Amino acid sequence: MSTTERPPRARDIGLVHCHHCGAVWSAAPPHARCSRCGCKLHARKPDSIARTWAYLLAACILYIPANLLPVMVTRGLLGEQSDTIMSGIVYFWVTGSWSLAAIVFIASFLVPLLKLVALLLLLVCAQFKTRWRRRQRACLYRLVEAVGRWSMLDIFVVTLLAGLVQLQSLATITAGPGALSFGAVVVLTMLAAQSFDPRLIWDTGDPTPP
Amino acid sequence: MHLVHGLIVCDECDSVYRKPDLRPGEAATCPRCGARLDRGTSSARRARQLPLTLAGLVVFVIANLSPIVTMEIQGVSNATTLWQAVLSLYRQGMLPISAAVFCTAILFPLTLLAAHMVLLWPNSQNRHPRVFALISRLMSMVRPWVMVEVLLLGILVAVVKLSHMAEIDPGVGLWAYGALTVLLACVLSSGPQEHWTDGIQA
Ligand SMILES: [Zn+2]
Ligand SMILES: [Zn+2]
Repeated sequence: MSTTERPPRARDIGLVHCHHCGAVWSAAPPHARCSRCGCKLHARKPDSIARTWAYLLAACILYIPANLLPVMVTRGLLGEQSDTIMSGIVYFWVTGSWSLAAIVFIASFLVPLLKLVALLLLLVCAQFKTRWRRRQRACLYRLVEAVGRWSMLDIFVVTLLAGLVQLQSLATITAGPGALSFGAVVVLTMLAAQSFDPRLIWDTGDPTPP
Repeated sequence: MHLVHGLIVCDECDSVYRKPDLRPGEAATCPRCGARLDRGTSSARRARQLPLTLAGLVVFVIANLSPIVTMEIQGVSNATTLWQAVLSLYRQGMLPISAAVFCTAILFPLTLLAAHMVLLWPNSQNRHPRVFALISRLMSMVRPWVMVEVLLLGILVAVVKLSHMAEIDPGVGLWAYGALTVLLACVLSSGPQEHWTDGIQA
């Protein structure tokens, strides 16, 4: 394949496009705003790598209490019981709801963990401007963006249970401190994915990447 | 600064292409990175958007006012709407979580539907271009944080969890959230770019 068939990249030929409305501008001065919709125009998200690192590190730190502290506390006639994310999954497993155990395992355990690892990989690769598997990394980024929201599942479950199970003498369910850190991990990883600029995957020095 | 017509730039890898001519239902993906570039829409599909959004707003109100499930243990029964669940979480001192649930399941879906209706309203772009631009940006800001489909799955998980220890009756709210999820998916199948295809005033 000859290099002439490869599409040029906007920044290399002096174009910038509006992320919001899709308008393509030529000769835009720095810090200009899109004259169609008023959004800020920038060739790359400002300080993308530094901001993504900040969100990601905060998420990594909170990931530990999110998994160790109880997300839900049940008080009943038989005493008090604290549930972490993992013990909630185990509960579904031993009571025979295998499909639900699988769903909650994926949404609450696998997705946050894989998201942290994936963002770490994307960041390190972008920082070293490596040409290693760029297309797969672009796919990975889209995957992280698409599945991140599903980790909020446990937060919604705890909210509903805390609203429903308020039967004075019989049983009450309250949210535990783990829910706070877990919610923070979900929000922080979503912010990290949003502040990462996928165009950095392709900014590797060659004039027109494949 | 000049507007360049007939070109399209990939959001995810910055590649420049000639804007493809797409028929309704067709979609173009970026050959370099695989991201969605553009999709063809028909006027019929665009005309359906406003009634669907209106229906979404009605269903949203029903979903928020009706109990989601009713639980009964040993003669004691309790029903909850999402509002009450958020409030009871707030009273337990879990302000950040109740705020997150309030935003992602109540405030942002409402904002999104209302904003979408303003944008779709006939001639709104020409009458108030400033407001139109502001609302369009507001819409794409809240869009990633609308999590009604996750809430729906959360309701189902909570129901199964409780069904081991109590009698559970699904309420109107549950069905309404199901309908709202479908309507939101229909309404959101278009990106913010679509509002801007007509009437370029540059
Ligand atoms: Zn714009
Ligand atoms: Zn691309």
